Amino acid sequence: MHRPPFFIPTLCLCALLSLLIGCAKKTTNVEYGNANQELFIGIGAEPATLDPHLLTGLTEYSVVMAFLEGLTTLDAESMRVRPGVAQSWEISEDGLTYTFHFNPKAKWSNGDPVTPEDFLFSFERILTPLLGAPYAYMLYPMRGAEAFHTGELTDFSKVGATAIDEYTLQIVLEQPTPYFLSLLAHNTWFPVHPPTILQHGGMTERISKWTKAGNYIGNGPFVLEDWRLNNRVYAVKSQHYHDTDSVKLNGIHFLPIDIETEERAFRTGHLHITESVPIHRIEWYRENSPETIHFATSLGVYYYMLNTEREPLNDPRVRKALAYSINREELTKHVLKAGQQPAYHFTPPNAGGYNAEARFPYDPDLARELLAEAGFPAGKDFPAFELLYNTSESHRTIAVAIQQMWKQELGIDIELHNQEWKAYLSTREAGEFDILRAAWFGDYDDPNTFLSLGETNNGNNHTNWSNAEYDALIKQAAVTLDPEARKAIFQKAETLLIDEMPVIPIYFYVTSRLIDDSVQGWYPSILDNHPYQAIELIGNE
Amino acid sequence: MTKHEREQIANDATSLGRDAWEQIKRNRMAQIGGVLFITITLLCWIGPALSSYSFEQQNLAYGPQAPSTEHWFGTDDLGRDLFVRILTGGQVSISVGFAATLVALIIGVTYGSIAGYVGGKSEDLMMRFVDAVYALPFTMIVIILTVTFNEKNLILIFMAIGAVEWLTMARIVRGQTRALRKLNYVDAAKVYGASHLSILLKHILPNCLGPIIVYTTLTIPAVILLESVLSFLGLGVQPPMSSWGVLINEGAKKIDIYPWQLIFPAIFFSLTLFALNFIGDGLRDALDPKESK
Amino acid sequence: MFNLIARRLLQAIPTLWVVATATFLLLRLAPGGPFDDEKPLAPEIKEQIEAHYGLNLPLHEQYFAFLGNLLKGDFGPSYKYPGWDVQEIIAQAFPVSLELGLWGLLIALSVGIPIGTLAAIKHNTSTETGLMGFAMVGICLPSFVIGPILLLIFSLTLNWFNPLGWSYASDRVLPAVTLGLLYAAYIARLARSGMLDVLRHDYIRTARAKGLAERAVVIRHALRTALYPVVAYLGPAAAGLISGSFVVETIFFIPGLGPFFVNAALNRDYQMVMGTVLFYAVLIILFNLIVDIIQMWMNPRARHD
Repeated sequence: MHRPPFFIPTLCLCALLSLLIGCAKKTTNVEYGNANQELFIGIGAEPATLDPHLLTGLTEYSVVMAFLEGLTTLDAESMRVRPGVAQSWEISEDGLTYTFHFNPKAKWSNGDPVTPEDFLFSFERILTPLLGAPYAYMLYPMRGAEAFHTGELTDFSKVGATAIDEYTLQIVLEQPTPYFLSLLAHNTWFPVHPPTILQHGGMTERISKWTKAGNYIGNGPFVLEDWRLNNRVYAVKSQHYHDTDSVKLNGIHFLPIDIETEERAFRTGHLHITESVPIHRIEWYRENSPETIHFATSLGVYYYMLNTEREPLNDPRVRKALAYSINREELTKHVLKAGQQPAYHFTPPNAGGYNAEARFPYDPDLARELLAEAGFPAGKDFPAFELLYNTSESHRTIAVAIQQMWKQELGIDIELHNQEWKAYLSTREAGEFDILRAAWFGDYDDPNTFLSLGETNNGNNHTNWSNAEYDALIKQAAVTLDPEARKAIFQKAETLLIDEMPVIPIYFYVTSRLIDDSVQGWYPSILDNHPYQAIELIGNE
Repeated sequence: MTKHEREQIANDATSLGRDAWEQIKRNRMAQIGGVLFITITLLCWIGPALSSYSFEQQNLAYGPQAPSTEHWFGTDDLGRDLFVRILTGGQVSISVGFAATLVALIIGVTYGSIAGYVGGKSEDLMMRFVDAVYALPFTMIVIILTVTFNEKNLILIFMAIGAVEWLTMARIVRGQTRALRKLNYVDAAKVYGASHLSILLKHILPNCLGPIIVYTTLTIPAVILLESVLSFLGLGVQPPMSSWGVLINEGAKKIDIYPWQLIFPAIFFSLTLFALNFIGDGLRDALDPKESK
Repeated sequence: MFNLIARRLLQAIPTLWVVATATFLLLRLAPGGPFDDEKPLAPEIKEQIEAHYGLNLPLHEQYFAFLGNLLKGDFGPSYKYPGWDVQEIIAQAFPVSLELGLWGLLIALSVGIPIGTLAAIKHNTSTETGLMGFAMVGICLPSFVIGPILLLIFSLTLNWFNPLGWSYASDRVLPAVTLGLLYAAYIARLARSGMLDVLRHDYIRTARAKGLAERAVVIRHALRTALYPVVAYLGPAAAGLISGSFVVETIFFIPGLGPFFVNAALNRDYQMVMGTVLFYAVLIILFNLIVDIIQMWMNPRARHD
């Protein structure tokens, strides 16, 4: 008589399970990290590339920062310019010529010295049209860079960068650029190791394996030890970095973890720093663990783009009515919760020292009046239209909240429509929308990166709004050297923009992170820039 | 099919139907399931009108609140009444669940039984086609549908979901049919000159009913949940409307903070599935040719 | 048997070709391209990049170039991750998903079949109601609900397991249970139904009448036929299980293949979509072949002429 064989696997499984529980890991990542000075940090998504000239996102930048260093760096706390590969520099009186003196200790991670020639190679690489570097325009302040990049100039030696000697690099600009030194800390100005690039397909090869672990040669405080997709990027302290003594961390684990999982990892001590915090957890941390949740204003604006060619959005009164009837205080306080600032103008506060003076009101009564003037009293006969957003829980929540506000305040019924990211981009490009969710993060710390979006020919202006006066103002600002006069021009442009209202600003971004209290040297940063050299882990034993 | 045969099938069908009804009347669980299901359905369609809240009416300052006498099931993050939202969401989920499953059922059973019955090269060809469709990137198809048809109607969702869910059904039915095809009584029917259609309908399909019914009741929950994936990709119901799939999906993330946002939609979803399963089991016992003869 | 395998392998070629061609067309039909991004590229730059990948060629030339590479077994580099080849990504991620899938399958079978069988034997008893109620719970709670619940109980509260990762043997438990439970529930229901069908057949009644012990009857005669629908279901299910689950691998941060299937499509990473789709197609064909062989063994009458 045999026993039923089909219960045996079940029994085995139970036995195995109880065995496994016994041998579960008991030290957490944070405990291990604090003992060994290894940082575990969430980065939200997998970096698409570690090539400084091809990367486009903040995620990638936050990783590449560990491996490469430009001529200058930014101080972790004050974000002021500090020496990088260049230990000192001189600026000519006309503000056009910069002479950089290299730190003789600056080395690549294989021991090669970092030379001015390496920088020339790197500038040429990113500016060569064939590479197709999306952010090559960041080099345009350099004389001839734009001409070379657009193909008008083919001889790179005519571009305004010269190696004076082994340790000296000179860069000549098109025009005085006050923020030039901080620009040099941007990844587009980072050097790459020429022999490595050449060995893996050549200067302009995009599909190159030089970014893989084992191939990657950098000049930053860390070297790439391991990279596995959807798993981790592992950086270890470089032995050749010029300021290696100041680097406290021995290693960094960059983990591309989904937002919900990340929070669980943090709660159980498996992560020092998260990339963000799920909205519905913010209140819990505020109440129960206020010392671990950190907010920082960031240079970004969340807004709705209006298609000003479509009826009835071609009427500025309708656009204003829509803008004035959104209760931003309620939205930021009860829906977004992370301390975002309601936006009553377009440029985020303190962008390059500029604070917009123009304001539009939250005034539902005025909004109703404007709408009535435009021919839609109490929203009567208002044509059906659609609000398009890309798929995301928070975009949806905001859209739903605003949909109701418009319904209640103006009597307007709109439809919501979501598309996944790429479909959304293609709809936006084709201009096939009424209202579209959008956001803009500053590429650099200056109002121009925001206000130039309203220019007629700006590639990111999908509103069909065109205003000659506005275009003229932005052009004028570009050639105005006096900082105060320049700001005044931007103030005028901003006033004009919210008077025409082709876009509806909603709020200014805030980043929220969970940070373990063992982490020292992590400061809030408007560009979300956190040099790893400054970080140290102090465990509380 | 001759007239005589047709009458015979019709006769069989009515007597089978009558037997089934007798069976169901005797089956307590199936009755409970039926009553439960009808109650939920009625509640979903009538309930929202009876509540003093609407599914879209929000109160941002109020925010997510636990169940109370004012809001029986609590509120969601925008302060909307969850009770009404679950009921209106049920309208979407129940209709999508049924319609898409029906599409999958019809295509799958027809395709699978034909493939299994004809056998040989045609069967191979048909089943390789199923393999190929299995492998196609569903996400891409849905994305294309979202931009090709701009109207966000439910028909599209049924089509998209039906288009994937029939495949496994087809494989199961084809497997059963193949096993039955060579049985003695099928041969006997052939000898007596019965047409292929009548053999399929009278002898083969009734014997596949068990797996068909079970897999149908398994398809409904899968479809209801798949709907939430589609609405993520931009196909289907748009907010402020919701569905059980979407509500459960969101609730699952907040399980330890706002547990009611998961528990109540999950209860409705589960009760519906239990009800359908009882009905399915009853139906299966009732329609079983071996049992009734 | 050998004939069947040879024939099916031969049929696999046109099947894969159909899948490849259909996917190629789907990709080009979909809105948006691999290089569209928040800040749109200047048209010249986009042209340069597309030229790099041969995307500027007429569609039929792209298609033939693609078929040519496919014949060489080369899927090319991923568009989203330019340093990585598609084969490389699959080779790195698939073993993880395979392991997870096999654990899941083990759980699904070792829980599903006994429950289903036992329920059928104890038809119309409270044992059956209890077992099938348990199975229903598995169906009612999809993995995006079970995962967080298991984590909340066993990781965040009891601290028995790590909440994420794939480094230790114990890291396999929660994801495998999450993955396996749903399949176990499906299998239990299909097995019970199959078993009920078989138990009513004459030959089982005869066997019982002959006085063999109940268990022996069940095992020797019934189980084989009863599991027929389970096996038919298992073909595609197993292919799905071992090729990775987006939900489970995301919730538990497991470096498997699952997320790539979805993300490749969302990123319009043409090469990666093609790679994962064809890889999955091969698995489907393979498993459906295995299933057909097992079904033949289970029911010799279904054998092809």
